[in-house]
Amino acid sequence: MADNKESGHKGPLSIHIPEPPGRPGDKPDFSHIKIPKAGETRCPDLDTKAEDMRDMAYSIVRVLDRKGNAVGPWAEYLGDDLTDETLLRGLKDMMVTRAFDQRMQTAQRQGKTSFYVQCTGEEAIATGFQRMMRPGDMNFPTYRQQGLLIAAECPLIDMMNQIYSNEKDPLDGKQLPALYSFKDHGFFTISGNLGTQYVQAVGWAMASAISGDDKISSAWIGDGSTAETDFHSGMLFASVYKPPVVLNIVNNQWAISSSNAIAGSQNTTFAARALGYGFPSIRVDGNDYLAVLAASKWATERARRNLGPTLIEWVTYRVAAHSTSDDPTAYRPQTESDAWPLGDPIERLKLHLIANSDWTEERHTQAKAEIESEIIRIQKEAESHGTLNKGHGPDAEMMFEGVYKEMPEHLVRQRIEFEKQGLEG
Amino acid sequence: MARMTMIEAIRDAMDVKMGQDEDVVVFGEDVGYFGGVFRCTHGLQAKYGKERCFDAPINESAIVGAGIGMATYGKRPCIEIQFADYVLPAYDQIVSEAARMRHRSNGEFTCPMVVRMPTGGGIFGGQTHSQSPEAIFTHVSGLKTVIPSNPYDAKGLLIAAIEDDDPVIFLEPKRLYNGPFDGHHELAVTPWSKHEKGEVPEGHYTVPIGKAQIVREGSDVTILAYGTMVFVAEAAAREQGIDAEVIDLRSLLPLDLETIQKSVEKTGRCVVVHEATLTSGFGAELAALVQQHCFYSLEAPVKRVAGWDTPYPHAQEWDYFPGPKRVGAALKATLEAK
Repeated sequence: MADNKESGHKGPLSIHIPEPPGRPGDKPDFSHIKIPKAGETRCPDLDTKAEDMRDMAYSIVRVLDRKGNAVGPWAEYLGDDLTDETLLRGLKDMMVTRAFDQRMQTAQRQGKTSFYVQCTGEEAIATGFQRMMRPGDMNFPTYRQQGLLIAAECPLIDMMNQIYSNEKDPLDGKQLPALYSFKDHGFFTISGNLGTQYVQAVGWAMASAISGDDKISSAWIGDGSTAETDFHSGMLFASVYKPPVVLNIVNNQWAISSSNAIAGSQNTTFAARALGYGFPSIRVDGNDYLAVLAASKWATERARRNLGPTLIEWVTYRVAAHSTSDDPTAYRPQTESDAWPLGDPIERLKLHLIANSDWTEERHTQAKAEIESEIIRIQKEAESHGTLNKGHGPDAEMMFEGVYKEMPEHLVRQRIEFEKQGLEG
Repeated sequence: MARMTMIEAIRDAMDVKMGQDEDVVVFGEDVGYFGGVFRCTHGLQAKYGKERCFDAPINESAIVGAGIGMATYGKRPCIEIQFADYVLPAYDQIVSEAARMRHRSNGEFTCPMVVRMPTGGGIFGGQTHSQSPEAIFTHVSGLKTVIPSNPYDAKGLLIAAIEDDDPVIFLEPKRLYNGPFDGHHELAVTPWSKHEKGEVPEGHYTVPIGKAQIVREGSDVTILAYGTMVFVAEAAAREQGIDAEVIDLRSLLPLDLETIQKSVEKTGRCVVVHEATLTSGFGAELAALVQQHCFYSLEAPVKRVAGWDTPYPHAQEWDYFPGPKRVGAALKATLEAK
């Protein structure tokens, strides 16, 4: 048996394999997440140096208290942005996102599409953040930021047509469902590979700044994907060049079956990743729509004032499966999402609006029904253009288009060969 | 002898080796508690402990890099990349490090590591879950690249790969995990339990790396195929009523040139089939070798059937996939060529 006398360690060496707080059959346990009271975390000035706000990477910015009141310095910072109109819009955006997800999840189960990714429980983050983006700014999203598009008023029919790979699919069937590209809505083409686009968002922001433009960008990544090298590359370039970018980490606790402990969360926070790079970082309650608005305003304002990058860790929970290909009952406690201490973003904003405006339970129920019937109406329209398993999809020849600007000769030959075979068939 | 799916056969190979050799270590994304997104490592952590089978952070470069570190220490890592499409961040570690370790240290350091990854399309996975990257590995000196087409070969080849003293890229055609697939996507899949090649012996056995297998004897044309395309090629020959000899290469590098040469010398014609894109694909290497070694036996140009030179499309999957119709047309054209 090894005996390391110098260190005083007796016995053999060992490695540490992190475990999540619970597996199927266990009682859910989130006691490792320290949650400050709403309103307790300070709101630093926009030009605060990273070294003077290191505490922000370990706390959690929260605005809504348990009774639904907006409290503390971040509520004050929102100022004129905190209107009933804004919040009702936010509530609607989140409700649309959730209803859209439910319909598309069901459509996948019915074979109308091959794949779908829900963002249940995380709706506040993307829908709230988008309120602080302006036309011309660019999000570099993951596949779980459909809320950005919905808040940017991207027509739902266009999104559904893409999901169905039908004859109106704006991407002509080339890309996986829900891996949208909507440049006009500030939504970069989603790769599907993990983390690759984090550093691209930084480069986009550098280009805006080099060009003397006023556009900003935002990068998106999940807790699991912060493990990818490209995340660190993006952080490095952001640190070196200080471009106008907001770097978002959506910490929803799970990366398929791997808890965020496997991405290195046990000894620190994801927000603290920025401290080594020396730029400001804040950790925010991602299920608190008002906190999302406030933190998004703070970080985008910093970018617009040329104060450089900001990292935001959104603390949230992935209520749904990773995707339609996943079954989380195989690896996490079944009731874990019920035990999530930061609640449901829609319920929390609803509580706030009922307590502070003329919003009522009845109006909420009515709005939910209206949203659902409107989505069903749009869905029927989308399905009239076909679905993956029915109707006329995009032309098969479209797969040869757009590989290059001008089709090279070898590809022309292949397309002709393809067409000839079709005729012979 | 039990009937197994390809997933079970792959798991059984790791189980056999982990039981025999405590230096065999298995890790990758979601492979620990959950047992992998395709369940190839299911139960291994419970059986052999967390230090023998564990989850890795989502960083393919680190997974391979750490694997190299372990292999050079003396372990035998058998690591999983969740999809072959995700291996590219690890390409530097594979090409510049694992593949050259033995050569550049003149044998002082070696890298007995297996990198497993699901390859190929047919599951509506779009451009990020469908690619066939074998040629980017066969192009690299110092790597071995194998690709089984059935449960028996999968187990035997994986055991051989784990026992091999050089790095082995182990490609698993994901469309074959649960049953043979001949490209007729409109038909129900035959499960491996109803297919003779689902027969997998218990315990230890190997399928030698570098040996092809003639899976259908014939005299008019040789089809060189591997992975999913073995079944597509057989179906094409059957449906066209062509007396084709189908060779399942199983190992791309090292390659069983002897079996290929004997067959082409007999048939005088050769069609190469793969799912990967055509240009600079492994088929180009095969065509060149056949041309070089069988030139005086050839009665027609060597024909290649492959994926079109485009990213793997989502909705047009079956227009892209080189199915039995395309292979059949190539066979006919090759037989008619004067």
